[in-house]
Amino acid sequence: MTEVVATNQTILVVGGGISGMTAALEAAECGKDVILIEKNPSLGGRVAQLYKYFPKMCYPTCGMEINLRRIKANRRLRVITLAEVAGVTGEAGNYTVNLTIAPRYVNENCTACGACGQAVETAFADEYNYGLKQRKGAYLPYAMAYPQRYVLDPRIVGTPEAEKAKAACQYHAIDLNMMAEKVQLTVGAIIWATGWQPFDANKIQPYAYDRNPNVITSVEFERMMEPFGPTGGKILRPSDQKEAKNIAFIQCAGSRDRNYLKHCSRMCCTATLKQTTYVREKYGDAGKSSVYYIDIRAIDRFEDLYQKVKKDPNVTFIKSKVASVTLEKGTGNPVLNGVNTEGYHRYSNPHDLVVLAIGMQPSVDFAKLGIPLTLNESGFIEADPKNGGMFAAGTAADAMDVNRAVQHATASALRAIQVINKVAGVVEA
Amino acid sequence: MADKKFGAYICKGCGIGERLNIAQLGTVAKREGKMAFVKDHEFLCNQDGVNLIQTDITAGEVTHLMIAGCSKRAKTEAFNFDSVAMSRANLREGVIWVRPNTPDNQETTQEMAEDYVRMACAEVRFMNAPTPSQEQGRTAHILVVGGGVTGMTAALEAAKAGYQVTLVEKSPALGGMAAYLYKRIPNRTPFADPQETGVEELAKQAQSHKRITVHLNAKVTDTSGAPGRFSVTIAKDGSTVTETVGSVIQASGFTPYDATKLPEFAYGKTPDVVDQLGLEKLAKQANGGVIKRPSDGKPVEKVIFIQCAGQRSDKDGHLSYCSGHCCLTSIKQAQYFKAANPNVDTMILYTELRTPGFGGEDFYRSGQEKGVTFTKGVASEVTAGGGKLTVKFKDLILNEDVTDEADLVVLATGMVPVSGVNIEATPEVQATMESVLNLSYRQGKDMPQLVNGFTDSHFICFPYETRRTGIYAAGPVRRPMDMTQAIEDATGATLKAIQALENAALGRAAHPRSGDLSFPRFRKEGCTQCKRCTVECPFGAINEDEKTFPVFNEGRCRRCGTCMGACPVRVISFENYSIDTVGQALKAINVPDELSEKPRILLLACENDTYPALDMVGMNRIEYSAFVRIIPVRCLGSVNTIWITDALNGGYDGIILMGCQKGDNYQCHFVKGSELAHIRMSKIDDTLKQLNLQSERVMTCEIAITDLQRVPQIINEMEATIKRIGLSPFKF
Repeated sequence: MTEVVATNQTILVVGGGISGMTAALEAAECGKDVILIEKNPSLGGRVAQLYKYFPKMCYPTCGMEINLRRIKANRRLRVITLAEVAGVTGEAGNYTVNLTIAPRYVNENCTACGACGQAVETAFADEYNYGLKQRKGAYLPYAMAYPQRYVLDPRIVGTPEAEKAKAACQYHAIDLNMMAEKVQLTVGAIIWATGWQPFDANKIQPYAYDRNPNVITSVEFERMMEPFGPTGGKILRPSDQKEAKNIAFIQCAGSRDRNYLKHCSRMCCTATLKQTTYVREKYGDAGKSSVYYIDIRAIDRFEDLYQKVKKDPNVTFIKSKVASVTLEKGTGNPVLNGVNTEGYHRYSNPHDLVVLAIGMQPSVDFAKLGIPLTLNESGFIEADPKNGGMFAAGTAADAMDVNRAVQHATASALRAIQVINKVAGVVEA
Repeated sequence: MADKKFGAYICKGCGIGERLNIAQLGTVAKREGKMAFVKDHEFLCNQDGVNLIQTDITAGEVTHLMIAGCSKRAKTEAFNFDSVAMSRANLREGVIWVRPNTPDNQETTQEMAEDYVRMACAEVRFMNAPTPSQEQGRTAHILVVGGGVTGMTAALEAAKAGYQVTLVEKSPALGGMAAYLYKRIPNRTPFADPQETGVEELAKQAQSHKRITVHLNAKVTDTSGAPGRFSVTIAKDGSTVTETVGSVIQASGFTPYDATKLPEFAYGKTPDVVDQLGLEKLAKQANGGVIKRPSDGKPVEKVIFIQCAGQRSDKDGHLSYCSGHCCLTSIKQAQYFKAANPNVDTMILYTELRTPGFGGEDFYRSGQEKGVTFTKGVASEVTAGGGKLTVKFKDLILNEDVTDEADLVVLATGMVPVSGVNIEATPEVQATMESVLNLSYRQGKDMPQLVNGFTDSHFICFPYETRRTGIYAAGPVRRPMDMTQAIEDATGATLKAIQALENAALGRAAHPRSGDLSFPRFRKEGCTQCKRCTVECPFGAINEDEKTFPVFNEGRCRRCGTCMGACPVRVISFENYSIDTVGQALKAINVPDELSEKPRILLLACENDTYPALDMVGMNRIEYSAFVRIIPVRCLGSVNTIWITDALNGGYDGIILMGCQKGDNYQCHFVKGSELAHIRMSKIDDTLKQLNLQSERVMTCEIAITDLQRVPQIINEMEATIKRIGLSPFKF
């Protein structure tokens, strides 16, 4: 049984991505008791799946390392993975939260030595790589994963594969009798850092994501760049595994469109600008990027990145909402059709690979979960006094980039502390 | 502290027991490492192993422990003991996982492990458990400089959390730039119409809050001290008050770009060309009625908004950046006209319309629905004459030059941060600048600026990272932003300010070594007043006294050790990290003689990025040379050249320093550490020459945390280099 000590002076942070880690750490480093829960087996969220950050082109794992070190060093912060919120009742200063904790089948004894992973043969689509490769049924989600502890896929439990894993472990770390648990917590404030998910590209029928393997999403493109990732760091066309050198980026894939997502996802323009630098990084002058866009929203100091990319003769900007993506017979090339509105030129441009700058949408449907939060039309949490002691952090509140999400999460930590300080009597109620 | 009691614990788990001769490691720890006892365990990180250690600690058997097993980054929850000094020998990620398990490699693998045990024993012998800085107490009081929306929000948010606030505003009233606005961009659903600014209400709340003291017509004339004990002098009405505060928020805001620098748009030549603030003034005058043009009071029938006026441009005197809010502001202002008379022709001339997020896009849509025209184009000229303004622009959609007429033109000019003195400017230029904080730091009067005068952090993951501990910038002085963003930003900065003072109260470090209790200890007798520590500290933590001895402001220190690396006479160290902890460790290894053909390579690895990369190299079972000996350092900036000299004299054949990216796009978590290390190492050639050694024996490189292939390659190349140039003659 997971023992969790929580009181109405505890802050619960839901979601262990960059926003949740930040909110939890910032509050804990102010001396508050914090519980950070994450539904996946390890912390990190979406940023752990990025190759680089814009505009600096630095690596997300660098900041992750610092945050993990802060987490390891902070005794006021308790991390619970594989945990999800089933329900919340109560009010600011006194919430009752029901958690369900899924079994990991691996206990604290795990040293991450990897013997179980070697013993097991069954493999599944690797979530960390958006299914672009397989991982074993006993696995460490990724190299920097925290907790640094293996996890057994529930689909092998009850099969001889799980027994193989158990037999391979010298440390009695594998416990196949682990059960799902229900835990009830009392907390004073809740920070929802539940993050985002990529919009379902299959829904954008004209772009043929479901039909043409050479149409991929921006998040998948990130994984391709990873040297230890599914393509070994090469930009390979899924259809024939050839290197793709002439790459089209379609902006607002799902975003700014009443049929899909009404909102602008904010980060996709800058993410694409970043990804054009990946193409240059791989191929130099042999790589070509074409960006099909409505507006390039490289806001504030991201403008520098836009100007830099604009100067690259191998990057072309076409002001156009692409009408359709068709298939060129024989080559497998996706062909982009539409009108360049600057001068009204029709085009049918073949490319090796199409990257959809996929939109951001909230990863949790709070209305469905029955959690009393004020939501806007896109399902993001609005800052509303009616939310009481519950606050959004990061992309649960709006589409935004990492830097802004961290900034927002830091603010959320203070809002939660204000509630706790009332409970504690530090501030008059 | 009572007598030091040394004990070694060796873990046999994860294959260490099978791959290594544990008894031999124990002998090394005892005989050479001078450990009083050695215990081994099948599986040290499990409860039984941890209990074994904890029992010894509780019984007073051990105060200084050396744990040999996995990397110091692994199993930190298990090996988490209070008030003891602890070192860890990395036998797993650092030895058995990077060496092939074959009989012919066994000897060198065992040698590697034995050296790591020697090194960890030496390290812990010279370590102490740190005791916190006592220089400051808990001062639950925050200074906020600037009384605009950002400053008022920060003050109120801090007060709501229970902290006292002193709010200093230079003008006669609170409100800042937002006070000039007729309405604001909406921040709540339905994002359809301009919204009341709420500035008056905010000012009222700030002024009436019992924990907030507001000083109007006031300026900060001096700021000294450190987090937890800043002393701030505020001048007001010819007199001064001095207050002690725990931390500082700089919300000094922005000024509008000087539109007279845009003569092509006739600003200043006719009153009918205004900037966005000028339009707000007209809207306020109209107060919901028809907006009239200033020249003759005629109701405006056609208005053209020129976006990016003097910004997003590399022309001389223009702003290169985008100010972020102006697209939404123009949409808001166009709606002022539409609200009074839907027939007014409002055209927004833009190149990239930037209305991000949910609310931004919704408000843009609202503008479209109300009939605001959006034209993609670039304006080249505005002229006045005949009671009209003529606007020339290139329509980028029609791809043609267009001449249009309007009654009023609004220039969407940018934000210029009020960040005080640019401490990197020449003294003459600095003298012409008005300071915001008047820091009495030897490094300059204000916060270092990142780019274009903004005091932003350079780190994506840490937007409030600052180079002046306990001082946080918020709002448009940090980065161009709109009011919604400024309110969020103020709230975040307030959290950091609270955190800084709470950490200072406990004597703990601020980010990125959060919670670290060590701080620099300084042996004044040995100091030669060379000032290198004060000059090189990336955080401006060190002042000088009247005799030019360094004064360490412990609360300002970020514990990177750059001062320790800088000190030529080695009088600066930390309790648990010092010239000795590293110097003795590197000297502790067993150097084989020249005939053995076994070189030794020292790798000093930044623990923030390189050391994790090395761990992942191990996890991926990528091999590297058995001849390397790795020591993690807090930052490459903490590397003192004496370590290099000692290593060369001690018979190492090659030395590699691995740190983070330096330069303008630095990744170094301590800003300058890696760069300083590179500079210092560029001068090591003299030492090499004196010793008659080849310069290839020492190299410094920039490493990213993802360089899992490059790091082993560099190590192996050094082994190859040594093979080529021969072993060092300094073997003993």
